[in-house]
Amino acid sequence: MSHSKRFQTESGTPIHGIVARFETPADVYHAAERIRDAGYTQWDLYSPFPIHGIDEAMGIPRTKLPLIVGAAAAVGVACGYLLQWYGSNIGYKLVTQGKPFGSFDGTGWESFVPIMFEVGVLFAAFATLLGMLALNGLPRHNHPLMKRDDFLGVSDDTFMICIEASDPKFSPEETKALLKSAHGMGIDFVEDE
Amino acid sequence: MSAMHPDEITARRLAGHDPMPPSMKVAPGTGDGTLIDDVDVRPPLVLNNRTFKEMTDIVCGYAENPPGRWWWPVFGMVNALAALGTGMILYLIITGVGVWGQTNQVDWAWDITNFVFWIGIGHAGTLISAILCLFKQKWRTAVNRAAEAMTIFAVICAATYPGIHVGRAWMAWMMFPIPNSNGIWPNFRSPLLWDLFAVSTYGTVSALFWYMGMIPDLATLRDRADRRLRQGLSTQTIAPFLPVRVDVLRAYIYGFLSLGWRFSSRHWHRYEAAYLMLAGMSTPLVLSVHSIVSTDFATSQLPGWHTTIFPPYFVAGAIFGGFAMVLQLMIPCRELYPNMKDIVTLRHLENMAKIILLTGSMVGFAYSMEFFIAYYGGNQFEIDVFINRAKGPYWWAYWTMIFCNVVSPQVFWVKAMRTSPLVIFIVASFVTVGMWFERFVIIVSSLHRAFLPGEWHMFHPTMVDILTFAGTFGIFLTLFLLFLRVIPVFALAELKAVLPQADPHGHSHGSSDGHSDHQDGHHAKGGH
Repeated sequence: MSHSKRFQTESGTPIHGIVARFETPADVYHAAERIRDAGYTQWDLYSPFPIHGIDEAMGIPRTKLPLIVGAAAAVGVACGYLLQWYGSNIGYKLVTQGKPFGSFDGTGWESFVPIMFEVGVLFAAFATLLGMLALNGLPRHNHPLMKRDDFLGVSDDTFMICIEASDPKFSPEETKALLKSAHGMGIDFVEDE
Repeated sequence: MSAMHPDEITARRLAGHDPMPPSMKVAPGTGDGTLIDDVDVRPPLVLNNRTFKEMTDIVCGYAENPPGRWWWPVFGMVNALAALGTGMILYLIITGVGVWGQTNQVDWAWDITNFVFWIGIGHAGTLISAILCLFKQKWRTAVNRAAEAMTIFAVICAATYPGIHVGRAWMAWMMFPIPNSNGIWPNFRSPLLWDLFAVSTYGTVSALFWYMGMIPDLATLRDRADRRLRQGLSTQTIAPFLPVRVDVLRAYIYGFLSLGWRFSSRHWHRYEAAYLMLAGMSTPLVLSVHSIVSTDFATSQLPGWHTTIFPPYFVAGAIFGGFAMVLQLMIPCRELYPNMKDIVTLRHLENMAKIILLTGSMVGFAYSMEFFIAYYGGNQFEIDVFINRAKGPYWWAYWTMIFCNVVSPQVFWVKAMRTSPLVIFIVASFVTVGMWFERFVIIVSSLHRAFLPGEWHMFHPTMVDILTFAGTFGIFLTLFLLFLRVIPVFALAELKAVLPQADPHGHSHGSSDGHSDHQDGHHAKGGH
């Protein structure tokens, strides 16, 4: 039994969390501040667009994505150099205009810069998209919330908060009361998968 | 689009019957209400005080509802053109490059002109999506998706040319550094190889950027199809003999492509960071692409090509020509699709017209500076090439270029001109023609008077040349029309984020009257 299966509905289904609906960005923003201040950590806010400043209101730590991208860019630049070094020094030592071959002695590397830059950008771009998806746990086509009809509204004009049962501070009654006092509507248990 | 919408007033607005609610008064002299000169007033980015829901209905409606009656005939025509172009390419590959007008020393004429023309078109899309993003220009949200699509389609058209102009197209793979049994590697010191890397990286990164921006909007389309299925509202089938509901197909395809995006704020946080980083790396990338394209010419010894002004001049020209193409596509679209004028407002067009004026003047400056440096440098060959451009056998191409690129955008100094969609469309058409001639002038007029008089020839395109170029327009427009049909044409999530009610500090809880407090038609002063 995993940590998140601590709670069950009356019918015995495990609870994924408690969900509440909000109508305006301002409402959900203030609710997020309250939940953050109440000390919850395992919860999320769903909105049709990124709300300005919601990262601070929710207390989301800065993402590590730039480090991944920076590393990928460095690897890309190195691969770009190695590819050209190999092609020009080992693979096919072509003399053009008597120019140096761009070996590791530091001569002739200048004409390698454009391709080093391009390969660096290429690696970084893939790292950005794939890194973002990986850190987000995507692709994932199933989620307990997706079974709910009201959750379809978050891609349109609804804002939702779900406090998950895996949160150490989660308690069916108190969490519900908190969402209610934050002006949440349609407060409901979310059944786990 | 809105016959099913439960609220009659909203339904009428969405159908375009009530374009302006009576409470919405537009100040005189501001066009559609966005051309405000007062710097204290932030003009609305979306007109008619649209709600989030209306934005979803409008933007998703373009992909979900049948298009206007114009769509099929136009699609048929551009499709035929694309087929013709493809046929010409096949004919070229079967027969050989002799079917092109490459019968003399002007080797790099039509195909490279068209390659540079198309690759330049793409640059506006990246400028809008990346550079304007870094500058926090919120108006970009209205055009970025379409402009990025245009970028990718233009790169596809451009990339066709290097593939087929190599002569033996089945050997085109040798452009890539692939280990092969001949033991031959490409020359990494050649700008042509830099070009290959630049263009293929550019195409790939543009596609990634475009796709990433689309993930949330594809998820919206997925959810809408899902909702109709759950509510049993979905009856339309793919075809009478194929009893699969369209919404099932939509839910699967959009669902697959949206990767299970669920609009989580923790995801949005990383998504926005990723978006900013892609914008940050696309900006130097797009500048590098046309700079590298220009080094194909600038590193050669040919008078007229061997100049250091080429990289910045090519980049300015690319942005210039690309914005013209964006305007040529978006102005008809906003006439043909309902409610699109609320999203692409006159101010958007005016902003783009200003960029055309700026970049047009930059290329005008570059043209005159080329002449000045040819004179000031004192190189007789250089001087002769430039005099020959203006007065030689290709004088008509040169002066067409000057008129289209330098003279025609100057009408945008007049506000009435740069806010009239018709005038903008006409000038944009001139610019597209002018930018094609710019490449033609650079390439052909330099090559047709090379160092040896024995190389002096005129270039004459054949019918195959002309029809292949027309065919690339067919391919480009076919892809663009398909884009309009199946993909969210606007960055919906970004558009919602720039609506006034998206500001979390705007109005707090307790307004049970819903959105009525921003129906009053006043534009927020200042903003944040």
